[in-house]
Amino acid sequence: MKHLIPEFEKLKSRFPAGFESSLVLPCVRRIQEDRGYVADEDIAGLVEYLGVPRIQIEEVLSYYTQFRRKPIGRFHLQACRNVTCSMRSAERLIDHLAKKLGVAPGQTTADGVFTLSTAECLGSCGTAPVVMVNDTYHENMSVEKLDRLLDELKGQG
Amino acid sequence: MPGKQLLMTFPVTATSHTLADYVGRGGYATLRRVLDAMKSEDVTKEVAASGLLGHGGAAFSAGRKWGVVNLNDHQPHYLCANADEGEPGTFKDRWILENAPHLLLESMLIAAFALQVRNAFVYIRGEFDLPYRRIAAAVEEAYAAGYFGENILGSEFSCDIVIYRGAGSYVCGEASGLLSSLEGKRGYPRNRPPRLTVQGLYKRPTVVNNVETLANVTGIIAGGAEAYRKVGTAKCPGTQLVSISGHIARPGVYEVEYGYSMQQFLFDDCGGMLPGQKLKCIVPGGISTKVLTAAEVAPLTFDHQSFAGAGSSIGSGGMIAIAEGTCMVRLLQVMLRFYHHESCGQCTPCREGMGWLHKIIDRIVAGEGRPDDIDSLYRISRLQDGMTICGMGDAAGYATIGILDKYRDEFEYWITNKRSKLEGNLEGTVHA
Repeated sequence: MKHLIPEFEKLKSRFPAGFESSLVLPCVRRIQEDRGYVADEDIAGLVEYLGVPRIQIEEVLSYYTQFRRKPIGRFHLQACRNVTCSMRSAERLIDHLAKKLGVAPGQTTADGVFTLSTAECLGSCGTAPVVMVNDTYHENMSVEKLDRLLDELKGQG
Repeated sequence: MPGKQLLMTFPVTATSHTLADYVGRGGYATLRRVLDAMKSEDVTKEVAASGLLGHGGAAFSAGRKWGVVNLNDHQPHYLCANADEGEPGTFKDRWILENAPHLLLESMLIAAFALQVRNAFVYIRGEFDLPYRRIAAAVEEAYAAGYFGENILGSEFSCDIVIYRGAGSYVCGEASGLLSSLEGKRGYPRNRPPRLTVQGLYKRPTVVNNVETLANVTGIIAGGAEAYRKVGTAKCPGTQLVSISGHIARPGVYEVEYGYSMQQFLFDDCGGMLPGQKLKCIVPGGISTKVLTAAEVAPLTFDHQSFAGAGSSIGSGGMIAIAEGTCMVRLLQVMLRFYHHESCGQCTPCREGMGWLHKIIDRIVAGEGRPDDIDSLYRISRLQDGMTICGMGDAAGYATIGILDKYRDEFEYWITNKRSKLEGNLEGTVHA
């Protein structure tokens, strides 16, 4: 994480003085973008850089669903299964994805290309069902659109 | 259009979210006028006189919230826009962030001036991608044009803003949980008192307003409180963005004037139900509000009083239209799984209660329901009411009781016959 410190410094300059603790979430997010997950050495580095207790970083990492301590697949598929998405075929979509990828939600394919997750409401109910691929929303999904998307991603993978 | 429009007043184009377009529509002129000619107190007075209500779900008076902040206490004050839109069924703040980010920023500057805030924040949920990119780009544009920073537009007023991204936690949408998160910690809600306007972010007076609430401020100051009060009803002035989804023909975000006919909204503006579907019930304002049957919703008008009279609430405006043929047992199972997943774990009645509710509904769906399970669902739901730091325990209870009261027969059927009365179907009467 040391190479990210110049970026963190820039970030810090936007906050009022004394807000070091607030930098935990944005720093963790940036580290995860960079490495794909948060490693032990990142935690140690952040403790030193921000001067916050290690337990605070551990608590944050174990609390927020978007943060992870282990690597995942190159493409993280997150299918919403909350109320509206379920009413617009999300359950069938998730079954299809699981069958096609040969993994259950929470698992990564053997080649390390796809990780399948289920998500709770992503705020995309008007264009349900929604599947996120990494940071991008894919809305109004159907089995056909999903198949095309998987083929495209495999091409990139 | 469902009545008068205050926010959706321009056509959405490829550039309508940019600073150039916003200024072309008269943007930032109100801020200029405020800085030139108004006192902080006068801005708050105007907002209070307008009757503007919180649009995040609780409908608390924005002017009263602002009024708590003591302008002469010689300590920093903070302002935070709550863009942690996560109540299932709700996606209306996304419309503002994506299409009118400068309206939010101008409104926040006016609010910051009124509350003597030097540092403002937008707390946006971590999954939002385009909304984040839009608001972040708008902030850069606004800084470059001199709307943020030191001595804004040559005045004495200075203000900085940070866009702060959450990381996946429903409870962070609750204002005190949001501030815990903004302090770089777990999003644990806090006990009141003290109110956040007395001790909020880092124990300093902090106003947390929903994105849509803030977005209305520019218009109120531009046109005056009196003009704002002419929109909507006497008790419920203004409009509310409604995000409608489910088995409806034209889902999306609509700006609805308070007092507008629900029948007209659902069946004219939204085009009625999907082909071949009939309305069974609606979730009126996010899943934490009690469902209303088609017959109950038919005579209502869209305002707080009308929905309260029917025993529910318009909440966050996250409306879900549910078609006949939908299994309410399975629908409640989806809701309870969500609440269980999102309980932050601080308060025993919520942490344990959500688990119990979830376990019981799973048991019923597995065909292993017991005769007293319905009573247990009621008992646990009531046990949580008012017993937790934040409102999430209450909300899950309301959702559960709302569905049990109206669709008890579906639960009894499943427990007795070990199968759904409606084949466990969530997709209405049409099978793909």
